[in-house]
Amino acid sequence: MSSACRQEEIINQHVVPEERPGAVILEIQGLFSKLVPLECILCYLLDANCSLFLAVVVGQSRLLISYQSADIHCGNCLLEAWYFLWLTDLLRFRWRQHRVAETRTSLLWNGDQAAGMARLVTASQLHWPMLHPVRMGFRSQGKSKEAEIKRINKELANIRSKFKGDKALDGYSKKKYVCKLLFIFLLGHDIDFGHMEAVNLLSSNRYTEKQIGYLFISVLVNSNSELIRLVNNAVKNDLGSRNPTFTGLALHCIANVGSREMAEAFAGEIPKILVAGDTMDSVKQSAALCLLRLYRTSPDLVPMGDWTSRVVHLLNDQHLGVVTAAASLITTLAQKNPEEFKTSVSLAVSRLSRIVTSASTDLQDYTYYFVPAPWLSVKLLRLLQCYPPPDPAVRGRLTECLETILNKAQEPPKSKKVQHSNAKNAVLFEAISLITHHDSEPNLLVRACNQLGQFLQHRETNLRYLALESMCTLASSEFSHEAVKTHIETVINALKTERDVSVRQRAVDLLYAMCDRSNAQQIVAEMLSYLETADYSIREEIVLKVAILAEKYAVDYTWYVDTILNLIRIAGDYVSEEVWYRVIQIVVNRDDVQGYAAKTVFEALQAPACHENLVKVGGYILGEFGNLIAGDPRSSPLTQFHLLHSKFHLCSVPSRALLLSTYIKFVNLFPEVKGTIQDVLRSDSQLKNADVELQQRAVEYLRLSTVASTDILATVLEEMPPFPERESSILAKLKKKKGPSTVTDLEEAKRERSADVNGGPEPAPASASTASTPSPSADLLGLGAAPPVPTGPPPSSGGLLVDVFSDLPSAVAPLAPGSEDNFARFVCKNNGVLFENQLLQIGLKSEFRQNLGRMFIFYGNKTSTQFLSFTPTLICSDDLQANLSLQTKPVDPTVDGGAQVQQAVNIECVSDFTEAPVLNIQFRYGGTFQNVSVKLPITLNKFFQPTEMASQDFFQRWKQLSNPQQEVQNIFKAKHPMDTEITKAKIIGFGSALLEEVDPNPANFVGAGIIHTKTTQIGCLLRLEPNLQAQMYRLTLRTSRETVSQRLCELLSEQF
Amino acid sequence: MWDLPGPGHEPMSPASAGGLSTTAPPRKPWGFRNFKIIYRRYAGLYFCICVDVNDNNLAYLEAIHNFVEVLNEYFHNVCELDLVFNFYKVYTVVDEMFLAGEIRETSQTKVLKQLLMLQSLE
Repeated sequence: MSSACRQEEIINQHVVPEERPGAVILEIQGLFSKLVPLECILCYLLDANCSLFLAVVVGQSRLLISYQSADIHCGNCLLEAWYFLWLTDLLRFRWRQHRVAETRTSLLWNGDQAAGMARLVTASQLHWPMLHPVRMGFRSQGKSKEAEIKRINKELANIRSKFKGDKALDGYSKKKYVCKLLFIFLLGHDIDFGHMEAVNLLSSNRYTEKQIGYLFISVLVNSNSELIRLVNNAVKNDLGSRNPTFTGLALHCIANVGSREMAEAFAGEIPKILVAGDTMDSVKQSAALCLLRLYRTSPDLVPMGDWTSRVVHLLNDQHLGVVTAAASLITTLAQKNPEEFKTSVSLAVSRLSRIVTSASTDLQDYTYYFVPAPWLSVKLLRLLQCYPPPDPAVRGRLTECLETILNKAQEPPKSKKVQHSNAKNAVLFEAISLITHHDSEPNLLVRACNQLGQFLQHRETNLRYLALESMCTLASSEFSHEAVKTHIETVINALKTERDVSVRQRAVDLLYAMCDRSNAQQIVAEMLSYLETADYSIREEIVLKVAILAEKYAVDYTWYVDTILNLIRIAGDYVSEEVWYRVIQIVVNRDDVQGYAAKTVFEALQAPACHENLVKVGGYILGEFGNLIAGDPRSSPLTQFHLLHSKFHLCSVPSRALLLSTYIKFVNLFPEVKGTIQDVLRSDSQLKNADVELQQRAVEYLRLSTVASTDILATVLEEMPPFPERESSILAKLKKKKGPSTVTDLEEAKRERSADVNGGPEPAPASASTASTPSPSADLLGLGAAPPVPTGPPPSSGGLLVDVFSDLPSAVAPLAPGSEDNFARFVCKNNGVLFENQLLQIGLKSEFRQNLGRMFIFYGNKTSTQFLSFTPTLICSDDLQANLSLQTKPVDPTVDGGAQVQQAVNIECVSDFTEAPVLNIQFRYGGTFQNVSVKLPITLNKFFQPTEMASQDFFQRWKQLSNPQQEVQNIFKAKHPMDTEITKAKIIGFGSALLEEVDPNPANFVGAGIIHTKTTQIGCLLRLEPNLQAQMYRLTLRTSRETVSQRLCELLSEQF
Repeated sequence: MWDLPGPGHEPMSPASAGGLSTTAPPRKPWGFRNFKIIYRRYAGLYFCICVDVNDNNLAYLEAIHNFVEVLNEYFHNVCELDLVFNFYKVYTVVDEMFLAGEIRETSQTKVLKQLLMLQSLE
């Protein structure tokens, strides 16, 4: 206790000499091998008045900064501290004369300290004066750089000659020069020799020589295989050494290099050292972490075995340092092999319990500012987060621990030092994170939440930040959601008053996380008002969040429309296309809000300056629903038009294109403005516009308004059908923006919770959300947001315009999706449902005999509304008409809601045919025109007559049909499971007879039959050979006619 | 972590540093991928530590202080020149306290005892 106090004083008074520039980067968890944009760190440190950047980099990661002629980049070499120093000084000129003098003195001092370093210091003496501002000036012109290189090269030449000299160097000199090389390397120069000497040092018996050797290897050696073998040899010797210091050096080297070669050589050895009874504690610590490093680099090379259970028991070790190291190792291993390390849970809990209940003096060395073993507690709590809540017995003990930690947070601090509160809160936050992870103890969750609530107003920025962050995860738990909500006022206050932008950002995140139906209006309002002053960097994210919350929790859609329009007004630039697409989708889909939306956008558009996004939304909504407010003389059709057109010249091309579509929609909505609009379309600025899209629209719309009758206009310019519901594209965008790791979990949790609210946005394949952003100019009517509804296509595609010009509104729709599949299903059966969408169901029932058949088609109206002008048509190509004759009677043109009508088709097969007839159905439903096409499953095999025959006959006929044109063979992959019974059923359903005991191989199927047509009869033989191993089939058809063989083979191949 | 300023100092946000603030770096990289940087300032010295994004902020903030206290004890009132010219010793201290990217030993007494033992071998 007293020692801690004393140290503190020293630190405060002396450790940190005034204005002593410098920085140390410790590499933790292999960061720098992965981190690329180090410029960012550099810029930041530069900016933060840091003038010396010294990076101590341990581990495999070589690091990091290489500064060359004012150009910072990441290199493979180690640090270049001095370069950084020069860089900063160039920019800041903060060095003063006396500081340089002071530096010199201390250099000399250091020089006396270690004789081996004397030369090194001399080299540095040359180095330091360059920091003088005047010299800096020279340096910036490139002169001192040369001087420095000259000096370094001289030194390198000297070392080289020593190494190459006749006299064998003694260990001491070797160490001295290797150390110098290392220093020169650290200065940022390439070192291409000395590796052998460093390796030689490894086999020295003196600690200092060995240590420099290992350091050189750890810092400089990359996977130079030749060298690694030699190094591994030395490491192996030291691992087995009886001197624990040497073993430690070897282990540190392995842990720092951690290459695959080392893993191959030592992964088997280290677990033995770790669990051996006579290993010293400090070696155990190193061995545990060394193993961890090897497991991280090459998990496949670290075999699990007996040692795992003994490692778990290290958690019980007397030495807390060993426990700390073991906890790190076990946490990592348990993440991959939870079963193997399950026993660690109860051990960790009992160890934790002993720590948290101990008095602050009990643990002596491991008490840090009156907090018992804070780092070990954090490690143990982290280990427990690898597992679900433990068994009841252990659980009770754990709950006690967690309660104790929460209680301690309430006690008055034992020291005023920030170190004390930091250490205490480190444990507290980790405990809260475990409580949230278990998410099973409502009592603890609420207590945790209240504790964090206290931190929200703490004077420490760090604590406020961390509390907000931690609360975000608590908000997603059903037990603590309400408790989090009680802090809403504080969080909103933080948003308004917090000075640090990163804390404000966390406050926004938390507001988003705690939002539900009860507080949505308040939160959205606060976010909107914050948006006016928010930092530019986070505006887009806030916009997305507001848009999502407004939609998700809207009770009243007028509020939703208001919110989004406000959003566009306040932060129009940050409103992405997804946001305004979404508001239009919602307005189109909800009748109750359309009138209000039209009125509101009309009012918003009257502002002298409004954002282009508002013009887009306004144009779209007035084009669709302008008629709803046209009754008011203040928003008469002409006023609406003039209002929109006054914005026209300020807009970009896509918006103008959209406005042109609005105008043509106006022509339909308000016949009285037709003349005005035609004048606008006819004007040179439109008809001869340089932009081809605008010009085309103007030409086509003008023509359309002139040529088409009112009826056609009404059809073409019909109100948009509802958009299909799917995942909000905004949510998808937010996820993308935030990155998968940060938002998704929270988002998923929120979604589950709110699934009952407004139906929640439906989870949909990601592709659906990307499909919703076509460029406005690509879509002829600028209707943008949705792909066509899969049922009767809405009157939006280019096809319809063409129809209008030809004045013939009955083109055949393309085949409905899925029609091919349905068609294939009917090849082997005669009855079933052929087609179904939200409106219509088509069923079939058919029978065939010889070359004749009859098919009943049933049309079911699934809606409650009448279908009008219901016209099914059978369409056959000329080819098909010659070979297949179909006769049918027209059906009643109205189909009542819920009713079914039936149509009979008489079929005669005149000759063999390949194509299938198409059934096209057109009707009107609720004012919209529907057009559906499906393939009618009348296929050649329907006219099969099965023929039984004996094996002998079969093969005789088979041989008769040996002409190459008569045989068609197909080898194909099985699309369905290869089940014998199903295959038999399919062959019989296909129409041929299934001949048993004909083929010598019982696994094969053979069939025979006759196709009847009016003109002729065609004998058919078929043979199907399954190959179970390859999941393949070979199908062979032999008939007397080539086309028949071909067609039957096609049809039957599709079935398996 | 970029938003955890050292104790007892005003927040060192790029904007407040003046001078170069017009070229303030984008703030995003500080939560770079799955890492964050936790730093603590001792006058002009910045001690930075890079950890996984879900690691415990305060624990590593104090790990830095623990490390600095050891340096101070070991070098008797440490200054950055001690670190520069005894760089090989600094590596030893780091290896004693942090290994393989994890905390190895937290007891100052134990670390110093080991360091003195190693010193005696020189």
